[in-house]
Amino acid sequence: MTLLMGRAMRDVFGQTVTELAGLDPRIVMLDADTASSTKADIFAKAYPDRFLEMGLAEQNMLGVAAGLATTGFVPFVSTFVAFAVVRPLDQIRVLIAQTGLNVKICGGYAGLFTGAAGKTHLIVDDLSIMRAMPGMVTVAPGDDVEAEQVLRWAASYKGPVYVRLVRDATQRLFDETYAFAPGRAVVVRDGGDVTLVSTGTQTPRVVDAADLLAARGIDAHVLHVPTLKPLDVPAIVAAADRTRMVVTVEEGTVIGGLGGAVSETLSEHRPTLVKRIGLQDVYGESASNSELLELYGLSAARVADQVQALLEARTIAGHAAHAIPLP
Amino acid sequence: MPDMTAMVDAAEVARLEEVARRIRVGVVRGVNQAKAGHLGGPLSAADVLAALYFHVMRIRPDEPDWPDRDRFVLSKGHSSIGLYAALALRGYFPVEELLTFDSLGSRLQGHPDMTRLPGLDMSTGSLGMGISAALGIALGCRLAGRDARAFVMLGDGECQEGEVWEAAFLAPRYGLDNLIVIVDHNKLQQYGWPGEGPDDRLPPAWPGELVAKWSAFGWRVLEVDGHDMAAVVRVLEQAAAGDGRPVAIIANTIKGRGVSFMEGRYYWHTRTLTAEEFATAMAELGEPVTNPAGGAA
Repeated sequence: MTLLMGRAMRDVFGQTVTELAGLDPRIVMLDADTASSTKADIFAKAYPDRFLEMGLAEQNMLGVAAGLATTGFVPFVSTFVAFAVVRPLDQIRVLIAQTGLNVKICGGYAGLFTGAAGKTHLIVDDLSIMRAMPGMVTVAPGDDVEAEQVLRWAASYKGPVYVRLVRDATQRLFDETYAFAPGRAVVVRDGGDVTLVSTGTQTPRVVDAADLLAARGIDAHVLHVPTLKPLDVPAIVAAADRTRMVVTVEEGTVIGGLGGAVSETLSEHRPTLVKRIGLQDVYGESASNSELLELYGLSAARVADQVQALLEARTIAGHAAHAIPLP
Repeated sequence: MPDMTAMVDAAEVARLEEVARRIRVGVVRGVNQAKAGHLGGPLSAADVLAALYFHVMRIRPDEPDWPDRDRFVLSKGHSSIGLYAALALRGYFPVEELLTFDSLGSRLQGHPDMTRLPGLDMSTGSLGMGISAALGIALGCRLAGRDARAFVMLGDGECQEGEVWEAAFLAPRYGLDNLIVIVDHNKLQQYGWPGEGPDDRLPPAWPGELVAKWSAFGWRVLEVDGHDMAAVVRVLEQAAAGDGRPVAIIANTIKGRGVSFMEGRYYWHTRTLTAEEFATAMAELGEPVTNPAGGAA
């Protein structure tokens, strides 16, 4: 059964941070001229005095956020991932990560869904970069329900947080009984044949892929990892113990992100065959969301096909096969 | 006609000049002990640092996090030893600790680290960033209704960083007259461009260039001889009387000021001292050493 659609994460962002600002006068919103896209404009209308337009000057924006944090404010910094993370990376490193200042970096337009903006705006490596940065909590919510909870948690946590937010409506993974716990992974489907580990809004598509696999007689276990850092190492090891084969699926490069994190973890704690599905060391391009998901093998059907092919190749090769053949 | 309200008491000037001398002694001693760090920049900045920390800024050394304090951000973070010397002399930590500069476990890191040393209002070191942080501090104080000012010192070479001009564009939009930039215009950067002679380098900014640029960005620009203590105090007090615009003070200084063989020489940006050079420098700064080989005297 295909999961239903949730609210667009950017709407959740604008509404939730605005609500939080009503509860906490320390919250301010910093925008780099993208508020009408990121929906930070909801905040601007509600709290014009605490909405701080920084203009098209993102390096300065991250520095201003650091300064504001030292005076007791809780800055939410909002723009596209390309400009919230990658462009001002050194400012994040020196002024926010190294200082541990209480800044929330909210990267909109994450993953493949950039409104067909193409490779300059389609950032493939934000998770790889942010999780490598000492001191940076890195969270990629799986749906609108989780995004709202992550933002509420981020506001209550004292320290730097990167929240990866998606532009468009995506499938809903959780119901209202869900409770996000920072640093904890969530089993969203039980299975015994293979573990699929996913993060962000790729997870709903992986759940759909698991349903497709079930119809083909493959019982997949699905582990959702919203917090890339700190990583839930025990949950990943437990999942590997259960199925002895792990496939990571992410809407970004397989280098250094979720696939990297899972491979690092299992190499150390439980050597396990890991297959990484995602962008294979390439940049993105302009196309519709569904076309991009197909192109990079991230649609539910494409994920299911890849997992099935992997399991079949392994069965043919026999139990002695411990590695995916070289290309 | 001179503005009599802005006259600075001669005894106070003498006191501040003595503080500046002791900052320079701390700089030379700290760098000599560490065999690392920068000399030219901290020496050019010493007079302004003395005026800020001992006359102008409203601070409580025994309560470094006092919410209503004035803040100082050393955007040219490589001059850290000058700031450390000022903080130590002002009572934030023992002066002897200056000799731990750059050593393992020290609170006095090569570039200022606010997570280690109380009294530092921001971590800096990657050039161009301190002004943005200071802008955020000024904005935060404004939003919180605090009557506090953010002072930030930039290098003239640092003004080549694009981020400086992002901040320069933004501050007037918010009317942040509690943001006061001081450009330590010592006319040299680490390497720069070749000048006439073999040891000559071109200045990071042409004469008048900084005044023109900061003015063009909508700042209230004041210019001062950064080694004339009475003038420095006066200009910092003038800056405090806000007119709705952020303030940029162009402090004309000499790199390596106070040590004759360093003055105006670009290669003293960062360099270790021989025992003889250390002895000469300390003698010129009025603290002759009896043991030229050791810095711990």
